[in-house]
Amino acid sequence: MITVNAMGDACPIPVVKTKNAIKELRGAGEVQTLVDNEIAVQNLTKMAKQKGYGVKSQKLEENKYEVTLSISESSENVSSEQKMTDQDNQVVNHNDVSECYPDARKKNTVVVLSSSTMGEGDSELGAILMKGFIYALSQQDELPTTILMYNGGAKIACENSPSLEDLRSLEAQGVEIFTCGTCLNHYGLTEQLKVGEVTNMYVIAEKMTQADLVVKP
Amino acid sequence: MEEKITFCQSGGCTAKLGAGILNHVLEKLPKGEKDANLLVGYDSRDDAAIYQVSDDTAIVQTLDFFPPVVEDPYTFGKIAATNALSDIYAMGGEVKTALNIVCFPEKMDLNILGEIMRGGSEKVIEAGGTLAGGHSIQDATVKYGLSVMGTVHPKKIWSNNSGRPGDRLILTKKLGVGIICTANRVNEASEEAMHAAITSMTTLNKKASEICRKYEIHACTDVTGFGFLGHLHEMMDGRLRCKIYADQVPVFPEALSYADEFLLTAAGQRNRNHVEQYVDFTDISFVMEEVLFDPQTSGGLLVAVKPEQAQALVHELQEAGLPAAVVGEISETDDPQTLQNKEITITK
Repeated sequence: MITVNAMGDACPIPVVKTKNAIKELRGAGEVQTLVDNEIAVQNLTKMAKQKGYGVKSQKLEENKYEVTLSISESSENVSSEQKMTDQDNQVVNHNDVSECYPDARKKNTVVVLSSSTMGEGDSELGAILMKGFIYALSQQDELPTTILMYNGGAKIACENSPSLEDLRSLEAQGVEIFTCGTCLNHYGLTEQLKVGEVTNMYVIAEKMTQADLVVKP
Repeated sequence: MEEKITFCQSGGCTAKLGAGILNHVLEKLPKGEKDANLLVGYDSRDDAAIYQVSDDTAIVQTLDFFPPVVEDPYTFGKIAATNALSDIYAMGGEVKTALNIVCFPEKMDLNILGEIMRGGSEKVIEAGGTLAGGHSIQDATVKYGLSVMGTVHPKKIWSNNSGRPGDRLILTKKLGVGIICTANRVNEASEEAMHAAITSMTTLNKKASEICRKYEIHACTDVTGFGFLGHLHEMMDGRLRCKIYADQVPVFPEALSYADEFLLTAAGQRNRNHVEQYVDFTDISFVMEEVLFDPQTSGGLLVAVKPEQAQALVHELQEAGLPAAVVGEISETDDPQTLQNKEITITK
């Protein structure tokens, strides 16, 4: 296997470097390319599909992706025209890269806020982190479908919460925002809910069980 | 040599922010009170603002700038200016004044800046306008462009989204300059291809616009960063559908072969992510798809013209030396088959 470091390279450099590595293989083998952005992942995936290579990709960390191309003896001999019509092959490839492929990323993501703070340790820091998380959430390209808030998390949707503006921005972009009614009641905050709707445990359970992904900071 | 490398990065309209990201921000901006004289603002999907100042005059205001697409500063200046001036022509207007927009590293050779601005000012003069000033700031990398003011008759503005069913779609320049410049960056483009691309990118849309003004144009846009399909999608405006005949679309043949080498831009892929969902490709090769998504620096005009006049218009554009062609048509909305299709149908 050849590893190609294309971190920090703008398109088409990652593709050019990867193509050179494939040439070096002189036949079957794997090339693993590291890139720092998703578009580069997509451009590499596009090339792999056209050439009939196997392709897998994964996000290693923020701004770091690994794309692995598997070149079989036969892939080079198959013309791109033939591959275009090879539906099975395309479907398999598409699934392989679903985690990096925006068209497939439109999944049902539910964000659960069960506390007004993020993480364990210092609660003052926890509150700052939560505010930062919600802001960052509002800036994502792919937004969650739903945000659920319960127990201490209910406070985030109420008066004096530092995150109201970000939650409203999320709501304005089509994100459903639900806060647990029992919890508002318990904390005496029923009158102070400032964003989204009140909900019950059936809805909370349903949203969570039907989610493709539950995000709990 | 080192300076050269800094000079040309991912340039031109490939440097444009993706439409998807931009929409997130634009939607959230506070909107002030409406001014009735503002005929075209960012509520519409046009790049320029048009403000009516009297019964027969409206001002067209626009700006455009980007990092270098080519190594030669003088050529870059011409391309950037041609591109910026194009927004006026896409509205059916005439260029009056222009201001330079300059970002330049303090330590770089000032002669380079001089060359860039020489290229730019030549184009403003060719456009019949006056270069009236500008603003320069220090920056880590070079960027150049113009803010342009033009005029148009308020009744003769071409919006980009006012096409009608039956209209023929005409494109006035070849597609593929983004891919060719990208190939050139990794030294894979032939000299001939690069020369042809530069000639295209430095051709003002002035002549095309002036010829079009003699015909009944229902909509017009210039094809730039969002690629042919991105701008066509804006033209369809969520209410129209169209058919495109891929074989009729003027294309640089080299762009197809470089696309086959996967010398593709990030911006092209962003365009694909944004627009692909609206497009139905029937029997179209991968490389042609890529060219249709390719971001164009200083691309041509895409016009929707009354069907009876299409052949005469194309003929006149071709007589003027432009590689114009009828590339498709806006579909009749009462055609039941059309209604089932995606917004843009592309066939051979």
